[in-house]
Amino acid sequence: MNTSFYYKTKKISINVLIHAFLLAVAVTCLFPLLWMIASSFKTQETIFSDISLIPKQFHFMNYWIAIKECDFGRYFLNSIFYTVSVVCGIVIVSSLAAYAFSRFKFPGKNIFFYMFMAAMMIPIPGSFVALYILLNKLHLRNTPLGYILCMINVGLSTSIFLLKTFFDKMPKELEDAARIDGCSKLGIWWHVALPLSGPVLAVVVVFNALAVWNEYILALIIFDTKTSMPLQVALQTFQGEFVTNYPLLMAGLTIAAVPIIILYLVMQKYIIKGVTQGAVVG
Amino acid sequence: MKIKDTLENYCFVLPAITIFTVFYIIPFFWVFQLGLFDWDGILPTKIFVGLANFKEIIFQDKSWWQSMGNAGWVTLIALTFQNALAFLLAMACDREMKMKNFYRVIFFIPPVLSEIVVGMVWGFIINDVSGANIINRMLIGIGLPQLAHSWLNDPKTALTTVAIVHCWKGFGWGFLIFLAGLQTIPRELYEAARVDGANAWQQFKGITMPLMVPVIVLVAILTVLGTMQAFALIIGLVGGELGGHTSVPVLRILASMRGSSRFGYACAQGITFGVVLVMISFIQYRFSQKGKHN
Repeated sequence: MNTSFYYKTKKISINVLIHAFLLAVAVTCLFPLLWMIASSFKTQETIFSDISLIPKQFHFMNYWIAIKECDFGRYFLNSIFYTVSVVCGIVIVSSLAAYAFSRFKFPGKNIFFYMFMAAMMIPIPGSFVALYILLNKLHLRNTPLGYILCMINVGLSTSIFLLKTFFDKMPKELEDAARIDGCSKLGIWWHVALPLSGPVLAVVVVFNALAVWNEYILALIIFDTKTSMPLQVALQTFQGEFVTNYPLLMAGLTIAAVPIIILYLVMQKYIIKGVTQGAVVG
Repeated sequence: MKIKDTLENYCFVLPAITIFTVFYIIPFFWVFQLGLFDWDGILPTKIFVGLANFKEIIFQDKSWWQSMGNAGWVTLIALTFQNALAFLLAMACDREMKMKNFYRVIFFIPPVLSEIVVGMVWGFIINDVSGANIINRMLIGIGLPQLAHSWLNDPKTALTTVAIVHCWKGFGWGFLIFLAGLQTIPRELYEAARVDGANAWQQFKGITMPLMVPVIVLVAILTVLGTMQAFALIIGLVGGELGGHTSVPVLRILASMRGSSRFGYACAQGITFGVVLVMISFIQYRFSQKGKHN
Protein backbone atom coordinates (compact mmCIF):
# COMPACT_ATOMS: atom_id res chain seq x y z
CA MET A 1 0.00 0.00 0.00
CA ASN A 2 2.66 2.43 1.11
CA THR A 3 5.06 1.48 -1.66
CA SER A 4 2.38 1.80 -4.37
CA PHE A 5 1.54 5.27 -3.05
CA TYR A 6 5.24 6.10 -3.20
CA TYR A 7 5.54 4.96 -6.81
CA LYS A 8 2.39 6.82 -7.84
CA THR A 9 3.60 10.10 -6.33
CA LYS A 10 7.00 9.56 -7.90
CA LYS A 11 5.45 8.93 -11.30
CA ILE A 12 3.17 11.97 -11.09
CA SER A 13 5.93 14.30 -9.98
CA ILE A 14 8.21 13.09 -12.79
CA ASN A 15 5.42 13.75 -15.29
CA VAL A 16 4.82 17.22 -13.86
CA LEU A 17 8.53 18.00 -14.14
CA ILE A 18 8.67 16.79 -17.74
CA HIS A 19 5.65 18.83 -18.72
CA ALA A 20 7.04 21.92 -16.98
CA PHE A 21 10.26 21.51 -18.98
CA LEU A 22 8.44 21.00 -22.29
CA LEU A 23 6.05 23.90 -21.63
CA ALA A 24 8.90 26.24 -20.73
CA VAL A 25 10.59 25.46 -24.04
CA ALA A 26 7.30 25.88 -25.91
CA VAL A 27 6.80 29.31 -24.33
CA THR A 28 10.36 30.27 -25.32
CA CYS A 29 9.51 29.27 -28.90
CA LEU A 30 6.37 31.35 -29.03
CA PHE A 31 7.33 34.43 -27.02
CA PRO A 32 9.49 36.19 -29.67
CA LEU A 33 6.72 35.80 -32.25
CA LEU A 34 3.99 37.08 -29.93
CA TRP A 35 6.30 39.94 -28.95
CA MET A 36 6.83 40.75 -32.64
CA ILE A 37 3.09 40.79 -33.34
CA ALA A 38 2.31 42.78 -30.19
CA SER A 39 4.99 45.36 -30.99
CA SER A 40 3.67 45.78 -34.52
CA PHE A 41 0.48 47.23 -33.05
CA LYS A 42 2.24 49.74 -30.81
CA THR A 43 3.49 53.19 -31.74
CA GLN A 44 6.94 54.68 -31.64
CA GLU A 45 5.92 56.40 -28.35
CA THR A 46 4.35 53.41 -26.62
CA ILE A 47 6.73 50.66 -27.79
CA PHE A 48 9.09 51.21 -24.86
CA SER A 49 6.53 52.26 -22.24
CA ASP A 50 3.83 49.65 -22.91
CA ILE A 51 5.59 46.33 -22.40
CA SER A 52 2.47 44.18 -22.25
CA LEU A 53 1.97 41.32 -24.69
CA ILE A 54 -1.51 42.64 -25.48
CA PRO A 55 -1.21 46.35 -26.31
CA LYS A 56 -3.61 48.72 -24.58
CA GLN A 57 -4.47 50.22 -27.94
CA PHE A 58 -4.15 48.54 -31.31
CA HIS A 59 -2.60 50.78 -33.95
CA PHE A 60 -3.24 49.27 -37.34
CA MET A 61 -1.55 52.30 -38.88
CA ASN A 62 1.82 50.49 -38.97
CA TYR A 63 0.47 47.93 -41.40
CA TRP A 64 -1.11 50.64 -43.52
CA ILE A 65 2.19 52.56 -43.68
CA ALA A 66 4.21 49.40 -44.30
CA ILE A 67 2.00 48.28 -47.18
CA LYS A 68 1.29 51.67 -48.79
CA GLU A 69 4.30 53.87 -48.14
CA CYS A 70 7.07 51.34 -47.66
CA ASP A 71 5.82 49.17 -50.53
CA PHE A 72 5.52 45.96 -48.51
CA GLY A 73 2.37 45.13 -50.49
CA ARG A 74 4.50 44.90 -53.62
CA TYR A 75 7.29 42.89 -51.93
CA PHE A 76 4.68 40.51 -50.57
CA LEU A 77 3.24 39.96 -54.05
CA ASN A 78 6.78 39.53 -55.43
CA SER A 79 7.47 36.82 -52.85
CA ILE A 80 4.20 35.09 -53.67
CA PHE A 81 4.96 35.27 -57.40
CA TYR A 82 8.50 33.84 -57.01
CA THR A 83 7.35 31.11 -54.65
CA VAL A 84 4.50 29.96 -56.90
CA SER A 85 6.59 30.09 -60.11
CA VAL A 86 9.57 28.25 -58.64
CA VAL A 87 7.43 25.56 -56.99
CA CYS A 88 5.46 24.94 -60.23
CA GLY A 89 8.73 24.80 -62.17
CA ILE A 90 10.32 22.35 -59.74
CA VAL A 91 7.25 20.08 -59.67
CA ILE A 92 7.11 19.78 -63.46
CA VAL A 93 10.86 19.56 -64.21
CA SER A 94 11.75 17.25 -61.33
CA SER A 95 8.78 14.89 -61.73
CA LEU A 96 9.49 14.49 -65.46
CA ALA A 97 13.12 13.66 -64.73
CA ALA A 98 12.35 11.44 -61.73
CA TYR A 99 9.80 9.49 -63.78
CA ALA A 100 12.33 8.90 -66.54
CA PHE A 101 15.04 7.88 -64.03
CA SER A 102 12.62 5.41 -62.47
CA ARG A 103 10.94 3.89 -65.53
CA PHE A 104 12.92 4.41 -68.74
CA LYS A 105 16.21 3.13 -70.11
CA PHE A 106 18.58 5.46 -71.90
CA PRO A 107 22.36 5.76 -72.23
CA GLY A 108 24.02 7.74 -69.42
CA LYS A 109 21.02 7.41 -67.12
CA ASN A 110 23.01 6.43 -64.06
CA ILE A 111 25.69 9.07 -64.62
CA PHE A 112 23.06 11.80 -64.78
CA PHE A 113 21.26 10.51 -61.72
CA TYR A 114 24.43 10.29 -59.62
CA MET A 115 25.33 13.78 -60.75
CA PHE A 116 22.13 15.10 -59.21
CA MET A 117 22.77 13.12 -56.05
CA ALA A 118 26.35 14.37 -55.75
CA ALA A 119 25.04 17.94 -55.97
CA MET A 120 22.98 17.24 -52.84
CA MET A 121 26.11 16.29 -50.87
CA ILE A 122 28.85 18.69 -52.01
CA PRO A 123 28.71 22.13 -50.43
CA ILE A 124 29.99 24.99 -52.63
CA PRO A 125 29.80 28.05 -50.40
CA GLY A 126 31.11 30.43 -53.09
CA SER A 127 28.71 29.40 -55.83
CA PHE A 128 26.75 32.65 -55.59
CA VAL A 129 29.81 34.52 -56.89
CA ALA A 130 29.83 32.42 -60.06
CA LEU A 131 26.04 32.61 -60.41
CA TYR A 132 26.28 36.40 -60.31
CA ILE A 133 28.77 36.38 -63.22
CA LEU A 134 26.76 33.79 -65.15
CA LEU A 135 23.52 35.76 -64.87
CA ASN A 136 25.34 38.92 -65.92
CA LYS A 137 26.59 37.17 -69.06
CA LEU A 138 23.14 35.81 -69.87
CA HIS A 139 21.61 39.27 -69.21
CA LEU A 140 19.39 37.59 -66.63
CA ARG A 141 20.67 39.39 -63.56
CA ASN A 142 18.16 41.76 -61.98
CA THR A 143 15.34 39.90 -63.75
CA PRO A 144 12.64 37.73 -62.15
CA LEU A 145 13.35 34.99 -64.72
CA GLY A 146 17.01 34.75 -63.67
CA TYR A 147 16.05 34.41 -60.02
CA ILE A 148 13.32 31.84 -60.76
CA LEU A 149 15.64 29.63 -62.83
CA CYS A 150 18.37 29.77 -60.15
CA MET A 151 15.88 28.80 -57.48
CA ILE A 152 14.43 25.94 -59.57
CA ASN A 153 17.98 24.56 -59.76
CA VAL A 154 18.41 24.85 -55.97
CA GLY A 155 15.40 22.61 -55.31
CA LEU A 156 15.92 20.20 -58.18
CA SER A 157 18.20 17.49 -56.73
CA THR A 158 16.27 16.79 -53.55
CA SER A 159 12.93 16.82 -55.36
CA ILE A 160 14.16 14.39 -58.03
CA PHE A 161 15.46 12.12 -55.30
CA LEU A 162 12.20 12.12 -53.31
CA LEU A 163 10.04 11.57 -56.40
CA LYS A 164 12.26 8.86 -57.88
CA THR A 165 12.22 6.93 -54.60
CA PHE A 166 8.43 7.15 -54.66
CA PHE A 167 8.05 6.10 -58.32
CA ASP A 168 10.38 3.13 -57.73
CA LYS A 169 7.97 1.74 -55.14
CA MET A 170 4.82 2.52 -57.11
CA PRO A 171 3.16 -0.52 -58.78
CA LYS A 172 3.38 -0.43 -62.58
CA GLU A 173 0.02 -2.10 -63.36
CA LEU A 174 -1.95 1.13 -63.82
CA GLU A 175 0.67 2.49 -66.19
CA ASP A 176 0.67 -0.75 -68.18
CA ALA A 177 -3.11 -0.55 -68.47
CA ALA A 178 -2.87 3.04 -69.71
CA ARG A 179 -0.21 2.04 -72.25
CA ILE A 180 -2.40 -0.75 -73.63
CA ASP A 181 -5.19 1.82 -73.96
CA GLY A 182 -2.86 3.78 -76.25
CA CYS A 183 -1.70 6.48 -73.84
CA SER A 184 1.62 8.16 -74.72
CA LYS A 185 4.53 8.30 -72.26
CA LEU A 186 3.83 11.95 -71.54
CA GLY A 187 0.15 11.12 -71.12
CA ILE A 188 0.93 8.37 -68.62
CA TRP A 189 3.17 10.74 -66.62
CA TRP A 190 0.47 13.39 -66.52
CA HIS A 191 -2.67 11.25 -66.10
CA VAL A 192 -1.36 8.33 -64.04
CA ALA A 193 2.00 8.93 -62.35
CA LEU A 194 1.47 12.52 -61.15
CA PRO A 195 -2.01 12.04 -59.64
CA LEU A 196 -0.78 8.93 -57.80
CA SER A 197 2.21 10.73 -56.27
CA GLY A 198 0.07 13.22 -54.34
CA PRO A 199 1.55 12.64 -50.86
CA VAL A 200 5.18 12.95 -51.98
CA LEU A 201 4.34 15.92 -54.22
CA ALA A 202 2.92 17.63 -51.13
CA VAL A 203 6.27 17.19 -49.38
CA VAL A 204 8.10 18.56 -52.43
CA VAL A 205 5.73 21.54 -52.69
CA VAL A 206 5.86 22.49 -49.01
CA PHE A 207 9.62 22.21 -48.64
CA ASN A 208 10.37 24.18 -51.77
CA ALA A 209 7.76 26.80 -50.89
CA LEU A 210 9.44 27.29 -47.49
CA ALA A 211 12.88 27.45 -49.11
CA VAL A 212 11.90 30.03 -51.74
CA TRP A 213 9.92 32.22 -49.36
CA ASN A 214 12.83 32.31 -46.90
CA GLU A 215 15.65 32.52 -49.49
CA TYR A 216 17.98 35.46 -49.03
CA ILE A 217 21.47 35.34 -50.56
CA LEU A 218 20.59 34.83 -54.24
CA ALA A 219 17.85 37.45 -54.08
CA LEU A 220 20.37 39.83 -52.49
CA ILE A 221 22.96 39.52 -55.26
CA ILE A 222 20.52 39.19 -58.17
CA PHE A 223 18.17 42.14 -57.60
CA ASP A 224 19.25 45.80 -57.75
CA THR A 225 15.82 47.20 -58.53
CA LYS A 226 13.80 47.56 -55.36
CA THR A 227 10.49 46.97 -57.12
CA SER A 228 11.33 43.34 -57.99
CA MET A 229 12.80 42.34 -54.62
CA PRO A 230 11.18 39.64 -52.48
CA LEU A 231 10.32 40.28 -48.81
CA GLN A 232 13.49 38.96 -47.16
CA VAL A 233 15.81 41.34 -49.00
CA ALA A 234 13.35 44.24 -48.78
CA LEU A 235 13.23 43.78 -45.00
CA GLN A 236 16.97 44.15 -44.73
CA THR A 237 17.02 47.26 -46.92
CA PHE A 238 14.17 48.64 -44.82
CA GLN A 239 16.06 47.95 -41.59
CA GLY A 240 19.03 49.85 -42.96
CA GLU A 241 16.89 52.89 -43.79
CA PHE A 242 14.54 53.09 -40.81
CA VAL A 243 16.78 51.69 -38.16
CA THR A 244 14.81 52.90 -35.15
CA ASN A 245 11.22 52.65 -36.35
CA TYR A 246 10.61 49.36 -34.57
CA PRO A 247 6.79 49.21 -34.76
CA LEU A 248 7.00 49.57 -38.54
CA LEU A 249 9.79 46.99 -38.81
CA MET A 250 7.79 44.57 -36.65
CA ALA A 251 4.77 45.06 -38.94
CA GLY A 252 7.00 44.22 -41.92
CA LEU A 253 8.38 41.14 -40.15
CA THR A 254 4.86 39.99 -39.27
CA ILE A 255 3.85 40.31 -42.94
CA ALA A 256 6.85 38.12 -43.85
CA ALA A 257 6.39 35.53 -41.08
CA VAL A 258 2.64 34.96 -40.84
CA PRO A 259 2.05 33.36 -44.28
CA ILE A 260 4.81 30.82 -43.69
CA ILE A 261 3.50 29.97 -40.21
CA ILE A 262 0.01 29.44 -41.65
CA LEU A 263 1.37 27.26 -44.46
CA TYR A 264 3.30 25.28 -41.86
CA LEU A 265 0.32 24.78 -39.55
CA VAL A 266 -1.89 23.65 -42.45
CA MET A 267 0.73 21.31 -43.95
CA GLN A 268 2.64 20.31 -40.79
CA LYS A 269 1.89 16.62 -41.35
CA TYR A 270 3.89 16.69 -44.59
CA ILE A 271 6.68 18.82 -43.18
CA ILE A 272 7.26 16.48 -40.24
CA LYS A 273 7.16 13.53 -42.62
CA GLY A 274 9.60 15.21 -44.97
CA VAL A 275 12.12 16.07 -42.26
CA THR A 276 12.12 12.60 -40.77
CA GLN A 277 12.21 10.88 -44.19
CA GLY A 278 14.97 13.15 -45.45
CA ALA A 279 16.97 12.32 -42.35
CA VAL A 280 16.51 8.60 -42.76
CA VAL A 281 17.68 8.79 -46.37
CA GLY A 282 20.66 11.04 -45.65
CA MET B 1 11.87 3.07 -83.70
CA LYS B 2 14.52 2.41 -81.08
CA ILE B 3 16.18 5.79 -81.69
CA LYS B 4 12.88 7.61 -81.52
CA ASP B 5 12.13 5.87 -78.25
CA THR B 6 15.47 6.87 -76.74
CA LEU B 7 15.04 10.47 -77.88
CA GLU B 8 11.60 10.53 -76.29
CA ASN B 9 13.12 9.32 -73.03
CA TYR B 10 15.79 12.02 -73.17
CA CYS B 11 13.09 14.68 -73.55
CA PHE B 12 11.89 13.81 -70.03
CA VAL B 13 15.25 14.56 -68.42
CA LEU B 14 16.30 17.34 -70.78
CA PRO B 15 14.77 20.30 -68.85
CA ALA B 16 16.30 19.12 -65.57
CA ILE B 17 19.73 18.46 -67.09
CA THR B 18 19.77 21.81 -68.93
CA ILE B 19 18.94 23.83 -65.81
CA PHE B 20 21.36 21.76 -63.73
CA THR B 21 24.21 22.18 -66.23
CA VAL B 22 23.76 25.93 -66.65
CA PHE B 23 23.12 26.82 -63.00
CA TYR B 24 25.14 24.20 -61.14
CA ILE B 25 27.88 22.53 -63.18
CA ILE B 26 29.13 25.61 -65.07
CA PRO B 27 29.24 27.82 -61.94
CA PHE B 28 30.90 24.94 -60.07
CA PHE B 29 33.83 24.83 -62.51
CA TRP B 30 33.96 28.62 -62.80
CA VAL B 31 34.53 28.87 -59.07
CA PHE B 32 37.63 26.68 -59.44
CA GLN B 33 38.84 28.56 -62.51
CA LEU B 34 38.25 32.05 -61.10
CA GLY B 35 40.01 31.15 -57.87
CA LEU B 36 43.27 31.33 -59.86
CA PHE B 37 42.61 34.85 -61.18
CA ASP B 38 42.58 38.40 -59.96
CA TRP B 39 39.42 40.00 -61.34
CA ASP B 40 37.13 42.83 -60.35
CA GLY B 41 34.05 41.30 -61.96
CA ILE B 42 33.67 44.07 -64.57
CA LEU B 43 36.81 44.44 -66.70
CA PRO B 44 37.12 42.00 -69.62
CA THR B 45 40.72 41.15 -68.63
CA LYS B 46 41.43 38.73 -65.85
CA ILE B 47 44.96 38.48 -64.45
CA PHE B 48 46.21 34.96 -63.86
CA VAL B 49 47.80 34.79 -60.42
CA GLY B 50 48.03 31.04 -59.90
CA LEU B 51 47.71 30.05 -56.27
CA ALA B 52 48.38 33.56 -54.93
CA ASN B 53 44.79 33.95 -53.75
CA PHE B 54 45.04 30.76 -51.72
CA LYS B 55 48.42 31.79 -50.29
CA GLU B 56 46.93 35.10 -49.19
CA ILE B 57 43.92 33.41 -47.59
CA ILE B 58 45.97 30.84 -45.71
CA PHE B 59 48.92 32.99 -44.59
CA GLN B 60 47.77 36.60 -44.48
CA ASP B 61 44.02 36.95 -44.21
CA LYS B 62 43.53 37.34 -40.46
CA SER B 63 39.89 38.39 -40.74
CA TRP B 64 39.21 35.18 -42.70
CA TRP B 65 40.58 32.95 -39.96
CA GLN B 66 38.85 35.10 -37.38
CA SER B 67 35.57 34.45 -39.19
CA MET B 68 36.37 30.71 -39.34
CA GLY B 69 36.95 30.75 -35.58
CA ASN B 70 33.64 32.57 -35.07
CA ALA B 71 31.74 30.00 -37.11
CA GLY B 72 33.58 27.26 -35.23
CA TRP B 73 32.50 28.66 -31.86
CA VAL B 74 28.85 28.95 -32.94
CA THR B 75 29.04 25.40 -34.32
CA LEU B 76 30.53 24.09 -31.07
CA ILE B 77 27.64 25.58 -29.07
CA ALA B 78 25.10 24.25 -31.59
CA LEU B 79 26.69 20.77 -31.46
CA THR B 80 26.62 20.57 -27.68
CA PHE B 81 23.88 22.80 -26.29
CA GLN B 82 21.38 22.72 -29.17
CA ASN B 83 21.68 18.99 -29.81
CA ALA B 84 21.63 18.09 -26.11
CA LEU B 85 18.46 20.16 -25.69
CA ALA B 86 16.91 18.55 -28.78
CA PHE B 87 17.79 15.08 -27.49
CA LEU B 88 16.40 15.76 -24.00
CA LEU B 89 13.15 17.11 -25.44
CA ALA B 90 12.86 14.12 -27.75
CA MET B 91 13.38 11.74 -24.81
CA ALA B 92 10.71 13.60 -22.85
CA CYS B 93 8.25 13.40 -25.75
CA ASP B 94 9.00 9.77 -26.56
CA ARG B 95 6.90 8.49 -23.65
CA GLU B 96 3.21 7.91 -24.10
CA MET B 97 2.11 11.49 -23.98
CA LYS B 98 -1.13 13.25 -24.73
CA MET B 99 0.41 16.51 -25.82
CA LYS B 100 3.19 15.01 -27.97
CA ASN B 101 1.79 16.42 -31.18
CA PHE B 102 1.25 19.86 -29.66
CA TYR B 103 4.89 20.10 -28.62
CA ARG B 104 6.06 18.75 -31.96
CA VAL B 105 4.14 21.44 -33.83
CA ILE B 106 5.33 24.28 -31.56
CA PHE B 107 9.00 23.23 -31.52
CA PHE B 108 9.20 23.23 -35.30
CA ILE B 109 7.90 26.80 -35.71
CA PRO B 110 11.35 28.48 -35.33
CA PRO B 111 12.97 26.26 -38.02
CA VAL B 112 10.36 27.21 -40.64
CA LEU B 113 10.94 30.95 -40.18
CA SER B 114 13.54 32.75 -42.27
CA GLU B 115 16.91 33.57 -40.73
CA ILE B 116 16.37 37.25 -41.55
CA VAL B 117 13.05 37.38 -39.68
CA VAL B 118 14.43 35.47 -36.69
CA GLY B 119 17.53 37.67 -36.60
CA MET B 120 15.55 40.90 -36.69
CA VAL B 121 12.98 39.84 -34.10
CA TRP B 122 15.70 38.70 -31.70
CA GLY B 123 17.73 41.81 -32.49
CA PHE B 124 14.76 43.83 -31.29
CA ILE B 125 14.41 41.67 -28.18
CA ILE B 126 18.06 41.82 -27.12
CA ASN B 127 19.80 44.69 -28.85
CA ASP B 128 17.74 47.73 -29.78
CA VAL B 129 19.77 50.94 -29.90
CA SER B 130 17.91 52.74 -27.14
CA GLY B 131 18.79 49.91 -24.75
CA ALA B 132 15.20 49.58 -23.59
CA ASN B 133 14.88 46.00 -24.78
CA ILE B 134 12.86 43.37 -22.98
CA ILE B 135 15.76 41.10 -21.95
CA ASN B 136 17.61 43.94 -20.22
CA ARG B 137 14.40 45.06 -18.54
CA MET B 138 13.86 41.56 -17.21
CA LEU B 139 17.43 41.42 -15.90
CA ILE B 140 16.90 44.72 -14.09
CA GLY B 141 13.54 43.47 -12.88
CA ILE B 142 15.00 40.35 -11.25
CA GLY B 143 17.76 42.39 -9.61
CA LEU B 144 20.67 41.79 -11.97
CA PRO B 145 21.13 45.26 -13.50
CA GLN B 146 24.87 44.71 -13.84
CA LEU B 147 24.18 42.06 -16.53
CA ALA B 148 22.02 44.39 -18.62
CA HIS B 149 24.05 45.67 -21.56
CA SER B 150 24.18 45.78 -25.31
CA TRP B 151 24.57 42.06 -25.92
CA LEU B 152 25.46 42.17 -29.59
CA ASN B 153 27.68 45.25 -29.50
CA ASP B 154 29.90 43.95 -26.73
CA PRO B 155 32.62 41.81 -28.41
CA LYS B 156 32.68 39.55 -25.34
CA THR B 157 29.05 38.49 -25.56
CA ALA B 158 28.22 39.08 -29.24
CA LEU B 159 29.23 35.71 -30.64
CA THR B 160 27.65 33.63 -27.89
CA THR B 161 24.44 35.66 -28.24
CA VAL B 162 24.41 34.81 -31.95
CA ALA B 163 24.98 31.15 -31.07
CA ILE B 164 22.07 31.10 -28.60
CA VAL B 165 19.69 32.61 -31.15
CA HIS B 166 20.96 30.08 -33.69
CA CYS B 167 20.17 27.27 -31.24
CA TRP B 168 16.69 28.71 -30.66
CA LYS B 169 16.07 28.54 -34.39
CA GLY B 170 17.58 25.10 -34.90
CA PHE B 171 16.79 22.81 -31.98
CA GLY B 172 13.30 21.92 -33.26
CA TRP B 173 14.79 20.31 -36.32
CA GLY B 174 17.15 18.07 -34.32
CA PHE B 175 14.27 17.30 -31.98
CA LEU B 176 12.13 15.96 -34.85
CA ILE B 177 14.88 13.69 -36.15
CA PHE B 178 15.81 12.41 -32.68
CA LEU B 179 12.16 11.73 -31.90
CA ALA B 180 11.70 9.82 -35.16
CA GLY B 181 14.83 7.81 -34.29
CA LEU B 182 13.66 7.04 -30.76
CA GLN B 183 10.31 5.83 -32.05
CA THR B 184 11.96 3.18 -34.22
CA ILE B 185 13.36 1.47 -31.10
CA PRO B 186 11.11 -1.54 -30.39
CA ARG B 187 9.26 -1.12 -27.08
CA GLU B 188 9.77 -4.83 -26.31
CA LEU B 189 13.47 -4.17 -25.70
CA TYR B 190 12.62 -1.84 -22.82
CA GLU B 191 10.04 -4.26 -21.42
CA ALA B 192 12.52 -7.12 -21.50
CA ALA B 193 15.13 -4.97 -19.78
CA ARG B 194 12.62 -3.96 -17.11
CA VAL B 195 11.76 -7.60 -16.46
CA ASP B 196 15.48 -8.23 -16.00
CA GLY B 197 15.50 -5.45 -13.40
CA ALA B 198 17.28 -2.71 -15.36
CA ASN B 199 16.63 0.79 -14.04
CA ALA B 200 15.97 3.85 -16.22
CA TRP B 201 19.65 4.83 -16.48
CA GLN B 202 20.72 1.29 -17.40
CA GLN B 203 17.99 1.14 -20.06
CA PHE B 204 19.21 4.46 -21.46
CA LYS B 205 22.83 3.34 -21.50
CA GLY B 206 22.20 -0.18 -22.73
CA ILE B 207 19.41 0.31 -25.27
CA THR B 208 18.71 3.92 -26.19
CA MET B 209 22.26 5.21 -26.66
CA PRO B 210 23.71 2.35 -28.74
CA LEU B 211 20.70 2.33 -31.07
CA MET B 212 20.72 6.10 -31.43
CA VAL B 213 24.40 6.46 -32.39
CA PRO B 214 23.77 6.56 -36.18
CA VAL B 215 21.04 9.19 -35.73
CA ILE B 216 23.29 11.27 -33.44
CA VAL B 217 26.14 11.13 -35.97
CA LEU B 218 23.79 12.18 -38.78
CA VAL B 219 22.42 15.11 -36.78
CA ALA B 220 25.97 16.11 -35.80
CA ILE B 221 27.18 16.16 -39.42
CA LEU B 222 24.15 18.13 -40.61
CA THR B 223 24.49 20.54 -37.67
CA VAL B 224 28.13 21.24 -38.53
CA LEU B 225 27.44 21.75 -42.24
CA GLY B 226 24.41 23.95 -41.57
CA THR B 227 25.90 26.05 -38.78
CA MET B 228 29.26 26.68 -40.43
CA GLN B 229 27.43 28.09 -43.46
CA ALA B 230 24.81 30.12 -41.55
CA PHE B 231 25.06 33.86 -42.11
CA ALA B 232 21.66 35.46 -42.83
CA LEU B 233 20.77 35.20 -39.14
CA ILE B 234 23.78 37.40 -38.35
CA ILE B 235 22.78 39.94 -41.01
CA GLY B 236 19.34 40.12 -39.40
CA LEU B 237 20.74 40.36 -35.87
CA VAL B 238 23.42 43.00 -36.33
CA GLY B 239 21.76 44.75 -39.25
CA GLY B 240 24.56 44.73 -41.82
CA GLU B 241 26.29 42.55 -44.36
CA LEU B 242 29.66 42.74 -42.61
CA GLY B 243 28.70 41.17 -39.32
CA GLY B 244 31.26 43.08 -37.21
CA HIS B 245 32.67 41.00 -34.36
CA THR B 246 30.45 38.17 -35.47
CA SER B 247 31.54 37.84 -39.08
CA VAL B 248 31.48 34.31 -40.53
CA PRO B 249 33.13 32.82 -43.67
CA VAL B 250 30.14 33.28 -45.99
CA LEU B 251 29.95 36.95 -44.97
CA ARG B 252 33.67 37.31 -45.75
CA ILE B 253 33.09 35.81 -49.21
CA LEU B 254 30.21 38.23 -49.73
CA ALA B 255 32.42 41.12 -48.58
CA SER B 256 35.24 40.12 -50.97
CA MET B 257 32.75 40.07 -53.82
CA ARG B 258 30.57 43.10 -53.06
CA GLY B 259 32.78 45.17 -50.80
CA SER B 260 36.21 44.96 -52.39
CA SER B 261 35.17 43.63 -55.83
CA ARG B 262 37.70 40.80 -55.73
CA PHE B 263 35.77 38.06 -57.49
CA GLY B 264 38.73 35.69 -57.86
CA TYR B 265 39.60 36.02 -54.21
CA ALA B 266 35.97 35.41 -53.22
CA CYS B 267 35.96 32.17 -55.25
CA ALA B 268 39.24 31.06 -53.66
CA GLN B 269 37.70 31.69 -50.23
CA GLY B 270 34.68 29.64 -51.27
CA ILE B 271 36.89 26.71 -52.34
CA THR B 272 38.96 26.87 -49.13
CA PHE B 273 35.80 26.86 -47.07
CA GLY B 274 34.23 24.05 -49.11
CA VAL B 275 37.34 21.89 -48.63
CA VAL B 276 37.25 22.51 -44.87
CA LEU B 277 33.56 21.53 -44.75
CA VAL B 278 34.08 18.32 -46.73
CA MET B 279 37.05 17.41 -44.51
CA ILE B 280 35.07 17.94 -41.30
CA SER B 281 32.15 15.80 -42.44
CA PHE B 282 34.54 13.10 -43.66
CA ILE B 283 36.27 12.98 -40.26
CA GLN B 284 32.91 12.80 -38.50
CA TYR B 285 31.83 10.01 -40.82
CA ARG B 286 35.03 8.03 -40.16
CA PHE B 287 34.52 8.45 -36.42
CA SER B 288 31.03 7.01 -36.70
CA GLN B 289 32.32 4.01 -38.70
CA LYS B 290 34.95 3.35 -36.04
CA GLY B 291 32.27 3.56 -33.37
CA LYS B 292 30.22 0.94 -35.21
CA HIS B 293 33.03 -1.62 -35.32
CA ASN B 294 33.95 -1.38 -31.66
